[in-house]
Amino acid sequence: MSQKITVVENILSANDQIAQKNRAAFDAAGVFVVNMMASPGAGKTTFILKTLEALQGRLRMGVIEGDLATSIDAEKALAAGIPAVQINTGGDCHLDAVMLAGAIPALPLDQLDLVIVENVGNLICPASFNLGTHMNLLIASIPEGDDKPYKYPTMYRGVQALIISKIDLLPYVPFDMDYFRQGVEMLNPGLVTFPVSARTGEGMQAWADWLVERVKAK
Amino acid sequence: MHELPITQNILEIALRHAEQAGASEIKRIDILIGQYSSFVDDSIQFYWKIIAAGTIAENAVLHFQRVPVEFTCQDCGAVYEPQEDTFACPRCLSPRVRVTRGEELRVESIEIETP
Repeated sequence: MSQKITVVENILSANDQIAQKNRAAFDAAGVFVVNMMASPGAGKTTFILKTLEALQGRLRMGVIEGDLATSIDAEKALAAGIPAVQINTGGDCHLDAVMLAGAIPALPLDQLDLVIVENVGNLICPASFNLGTHMNLLIASIPEGDDKPYKYPTMYRGVQALIISKIDLLPYVPFDMDYFRQGVEMLNPGLVTFPVSARTGEGMQAWADWLVERVKAK
Repeated sequence: MHELPITQNILEIALRHAEQAGASEIKRIDILIGQYSSFVDDSIQFYWKIIAAGTIAENAVLHFQRVPVEFTCQDCGAVYEPQEDTFACPRCLSPRVRVTRGEELRVESIEIETP
C-alpha cells in the first residue's frame, strides 16, 4: 500500500542538535565564542592576531583554526602565545558542529573568556552550518569588491557583526562604500559594522572595545 | 562538494520516518530548497545514487521544490524577486526591505510503500 507521510524537518537539524550541545559546553565554561567567516585572503588570521593586541590583556583568548589541510594558522596563533587548536576539514569547505565538538576538549575553556573560531575561507556555505557559537562574524575586505553582498547574500544574512577590513586600501581600489553598505543593510538590517585596517590599526580599538562589552554582557 | 552531508541528512530523515511507519520502500521524497540556502539540487541528486544504495530508499525519486528568494518592501508592501545588482524595491525604490522567503531547506514529506 502506498502512503504519503508528512515530515517537515529541517535538513540541518542533526547539525543544529550538536550545535546546541556545543553551546551548552561553552556556557558551562563561561566562555564567549565567535564564528569568524570570510573569503580566502580576507586577512582572518592577521585580524585575529591584531584583535589580540587591541584587547591588551582584557580578555583571555583562545583560537580554533579551521583549515583544509595545513596547520600554519594555528602555529601563528601559538607563536603569539594564545592557546590554539587546529581542525583540518580534509577538504570540506566549511566547519560543522561535529567538527567543532571534536576540537572543544583540546582547549582549556575554563581558563578562557573568548574563543575565536576561524572558519574555512569560503563565502558560500559556512553560514549555513550552525556551530553553537554566540556570534557569527564576517570579514569583508576592500579588495574583494563592493558587489559581494549581492553575490553572496546568504553569508551576509547569517552574521551578527561585520568587519570591513583593509580600509587602508580604499584610495587604491575602486570600492563604492555606499553601494556595499546598502546591500548589507537590505540583507541584514541594522547589522553592526566595523571598518578597520589591521595594518595601520585604524578602527581596531573600537572593535576590541565592543567585543569586550559583548563578552562581559554574556 | 558541500551537498554530501546534506544528502546524508536527507537520507537519515527519510529512513527514520519510513521506519516509524513500517515502510518496505521509500518511493518519493519531497524537498523544499530555498534559493538562499546555498545548496544545489543537482549535486544532491548526484550524491543520492551513491549514498542511498542498498537502503529502502535507493529507488526513491527526489523531488525538489525550489523556492525563489522573495523580498518584501517595508514602505510600500511590494513583494518581489530582487535583481542581481540591487535589492531595492522595484516599485518605490525604497532600501527598507526584508528577505521574507527563500532560505528554506526541509524534507516536506515522503511517499512510502507498506507491506
